[in-house]
Amino acid sequence: MVIGTSPPRRDGMDKLTGRSLYADDLRPSGVWYGATVRSSRAHARILGVRRAEGFDWSNVVLVTADDIPGLNVVSLMTDDQPVLADGIVRHVTEPIALVAAPTREHALAAAQHVVVEYEDLPALFDPLAAEGHELRIFGEDNVFKRIRIEHGVRTDATAHLIRGRYTTGLQEQLYIEPQSMLAELRADGGITLTGSMQCPYYIDRAVKRMLGHDRVNVAQAVTGGGFGGKEEYPSILACHATLLAIAARRPVKITYRRDEDLRATTKRHPAVIDLVTMVTARGQLLELHGRVWMDGGAYHTLSTVVLSRAMLHLQGPYRWPYASLHGTVVATHTPPNGAFRGFGAPQAQWAMERHMDRIARHMRLDPLVLRRENLFVHGDVSVTGQTLQNPGAFAVLEAAERAAAAPVNPKRVRPGVVGAEMRSGRGLALAWHGCGFTGNGEAKIRGKVALELRGRDVAVLSSSTDIGQGTETIFPMIVAQTLGIDMERVFNTAHDTGLVPDSGPTVASRTAMVVGGTCEKAAQRLLRHLRELHGEGDFDALAARAEAAGGLVRVEETYEVNTNVEWNPDTYQGDAYPCYGWSCVIVDLRVDLDTGEVLYDRVVTATDVGKALSPVLAAGQIEGGTLQALGWATQEEVVLDKQGCMRNDRLTNYIIPTALDGPEMITELVEIPYEGGPFGAKGIGEIPMDAPAAAVAQAIEAACGAVLDSLPMTPERVFAAMEAR
Amino acid sequence: MIVRFNCNGSDVQVDTPPMARLLDVLREDLRLVGSKEGCGEGECGACTVRIDGAPVMSCLVPVAQVDGCRVQTIEGLGSPATHAVQTAMLMFGGAQCGICTPGICMSAAALLEENPHPTAEAVRVALAGNLCRCTGYQKVVDAVCGALAGGAS
Ligand code: FES
Ligand code: FES
Repeated sequence: MVIGTSPPRRDGMDKLTGRSLYADDLRPSGVWYGATVRSSRAHARILGVRRAEGFDWSNVVLVTADDIPGLNVVSLMTDDQPVLADGIVRHVTEPIALVAAPTREHALAAAQHVVVEYEDLPALFDPLAAEGHELRIFGEDNVFKRIRIEHGVRTDATAHLIRGRYTTGLQEQLYIEPQSMLAELRADGGITLTGSMQCPYYIDRAVKRMLGHDRVNVAQAVTGGGFGGKEEYPSILACHATLLAIAARRPVKITYRRDEDLRATTKRHPAVIDLVTMVTARGQLLELHGRVWMDGGAYHTLSTVVLSRAMLHLQGPYRWPYASLHGTVVATHTPPNGAFRGFGAPQAQWAMERHMDRIARHMRLDPLVLRRENLFVHGDVSVTGQTLQNPGAFAVLEAAERAAAAPVNPKRVRPGVVGAEMRSGRGLALAWHGCGFTGNGEAKIRGKVALELRGRDVAVLSSSTDIGQGTETIFPMIVAQTLGIDMERVFNTAHDTGLVPDSGPTVASRTAMVVGGTCEKAAQRLLRHLRELHGEGDFDALAARAEAAGGLVRVEETYEVNTNVEWNPDTYQGDAYPCYGWSCVIVDLRVDLDTGEVLYDRVVTATDVGKALSPVLAAGQIEGGTLQALGWATQEEVVLDKQGCMRNDRLTNYIIPTALDGPEMITELVEIPYEGGPFGAKGIGEIPMDAPAAAVAQAIEAACGAVLDSLPMTPERVFAAMEAR
Repeated sequence: MIVRFNCNGSDVQVDTPPMARLLDVLREDLRLVGSKEGCGEGECGACTVRIDGAPVMSCLVPVAQVDGCRVQTIEGLGSPATHAVQTAMLMFGGAQCGICTPGICMSAAALLEENPHPTAEAVRVALAGNLCRCTGYQKVVDAVCGALAGGAS
C-alpha cells in the first residue's frame, strides 16, 4: 500500500545533489543567447526600429515582426496578443524586436543598441475608468469579459444592510528560477523547444501557429517553480527563441534576468470588490450583492477564466439565499496579468472574509459565531444552484481549532528592531476552492494518459509536468497501487509533446485529481488489456508473458467526464465544479506598534484534501501556498511608475518571505473523499492561497484594532490604520 | 588572469577576467551547474557555495578572490557520500522544485558544522539568505534540525 505513505520524491536526490538540469543549465554546442527589445512606452505607434551606429553588429542577428513566418499571435484563448509588436505597443515592456549573439552580455548589449522610434499615444491605466472608455484597447468597450450570476429569492425579512469595498494589488509569482527556454533546429527543419514550463501543449500549439507548420516538439526541462507564472507566459519565450534560432541557424537560449522577469511577465490580477449584504439581527445571511472589477492588462491572456473563478468563489463557504453578482475584467495599458495560483479565488475570498468581519463588527457579533451560523452544510445550495455534497467547512474548522489549542511558541529572533512594543493577536478565516476546471471544462480538454510496458516495468506518458508539486512521484504511486506492484517499477517519461499525449495543462488543481484519476483508469485498462492478450493472472505474471511475447504493449485512457455534472456557461448556473476543497486557517502574529510591522509566530491550517496520496507532498503544497499567501498579505507590493512599469524590479525591493519571516506551521490534512478522484483525492494546489490573508487581517485587528480592507497590509498601511482608529 | 583554487577537493586553474563572477566560472568554465542563479545580486541564495567552509553567494564574488581558497559546491557536498542534510531534506520533503535546494544545502551544511543540533530558530536565521518559494520553509527547517539527530551523521 503506497498510497497514503510518503516515499521520498522521485526527483529528490537529483535536485539535492545538483544533478537536475534546468533550462539555463543546458548548453548545446554553438548555442547563442537571446535578448528582447522592449517598449519603454505604455501606448505608442512604432515609427521605426533600427540598429544604432557605432555598435559592432557583425555577430548579432536581429528579428522583428516582419520575420514571423505564420501568425503573429501568441495563441491562447483569443488572438489579441502579438509575438512581436506590429506597429503599435499597448504596454510598457511589450516585446518589439529580438537579438541573439554568442554570449549573454553581447546579446544584452546589442538589445540596448536597437533604437525604437515612437509616437506616443494617450494611455489608460485606471481599471475603474476603462470600461467603455473612448481609448480603445480591446474589442468594443475594453471589457475582456462580463459575468452575471443571479440566484435565489430576495428577502422581505427585516434586515441590516452592510456595505464594504475591498481591494487587492498585483502579486508576482516569483518562482526562484527565472523564465528560460532553449530552441534547437531539428534535422527535418523542425524545432525542438526545451524549457521551464507548466504546459508543453500550450507552447506546442503557439509555436506551430506562429511557424505555420507542425514540425515542432516541446519538452519540459526540470522547472524551478511556476505557480501559474509558467502556465501561459513561456509560449512567448518559446516563440521568441524559435524565431532567433531560425534567424541564427543555431540553437538559441533565452533566460530572463530577474529584473526583466519582474517587469515583463504576468502578475496576479488586481481587484476592486464591492459587497452589499442583507443580514438578520441574529446574523443570518440573506442577500449578497457583489460587484467585481479586475484589471487584465493590455492583452486577454487568461483573464476571462480568472474572473470566472473569482465570481464562482465570491460567496465564500457560506449559504446565501439570494445573490446577484456582477463582474468585469477590463483592459488597461499595463503589462498583461495572468495565471497565478488561486486564479481569482483568493481575491474574491479576501473580500468575503473581510466582509464577514465587517458584518460581525457592525452587528456586534462574534466573527466565529457569525461564520458558524452560515457555513455550508450538506445539501445547501450555492449561488450557481449546485447542491453541495458533504461540504468540509465544519470539519476543517474543528480540525484547525483543535490544532490551534496547543500553546504558541513566540519567535524570539526577528528582523528589525529589538525591544519594540508588540501586541499579539489571533485571526481565523475559511475558504473553499473548486477543484479542476470549471463546469464542462474537462469535457472540452479530454485529457489523455498512456501507459506502456517497458520490460516488466511501466512507463507513464503524460504532459502533466512536475513543477515542484510532485507529479513524478504521485503518478507512479497511483499506477503502482492500482497494478499491485512496487512503485519502483513505474516511472514517468519525459514530458515531450513529440512522445506523450495531451493530458491537458498543469493548472487549476487538476493534476493529481483529474490526470491522476486518469492514470488509475489507465492502469485498470492495462490490466484488462493484458488479460485479454495473456489470460488470467496478476500483473507480474501477465507482464512476464507479455515480455516473452514481445511487441509494444500500450494503452491510452481519456478522462471521462461525470455526466451528472450540468453546467450552463451562459447563465452561470449548474454544477460549477465536480467537487470542492475546504480550508481553515488560524494565524497567531504580533504587530509592532511603532512601525506597523507584522511578525508571524504560527499558522495552523486545516485543509480537506479528499485523500492525502502522499501526506508529505500534500502538506508541502499547503505550506508553500500558505507562505505565498502571507507574502501577498503583508509584504509583496508591486510599485508601478507613470508608464505602468514595475519600479521595484529586484529582490531587494520586491520582498518575499524569508525563513525568518515564515511562521511555524502546523498542517492538518482532513480527508473527505471525492469519489471521482484517485483514491478519493481532491485538488490541493491552489486552496492554500485563499484564506490566510483574511486570517492575518483579523489577527491584526485583534492585536491592535487596525481595520484593513486593502492588500497588501504593509507596515505603512497597518500603521496608518492604527492611527485612524 | 590565471586563478587557482581547490574545487570540491581537486585543484583547478582557470584563465578568466579577474572580475568574472565565481558563479559564472563554476557554471560555464567548470560546468558545475548545480549552483543556480535566481537574482544575480546576492538576494536569493540559490548560488550559495562554501569558500573555506563559509557559505557565500557566488554571484557576488569576483573569481580573483578565491585564488588559493577551498571552494565547495553542491556537487562536492554529496560526494563521495551523501551529506546528512541531503538525506534529511529528502526524507522530510524539504525540496520541491529544487532550484533553491543546492543553496539551502550549502548554507545548512555550514550551520551544522558549527552547531550540529540547532534550534528551529537558529536554522531560520542561518537560512534567512536562501529564498524558497515552494516549501514555506517548515519542512526545510525540520530537515535541518533533524539532519544529525538520531546518529544519522
Ligand atoms: S543568484 Fe546569487 S544570491 Fe541570487
Ligand atoms: S523548492 Fe522551489 S524554491 Fe525552494
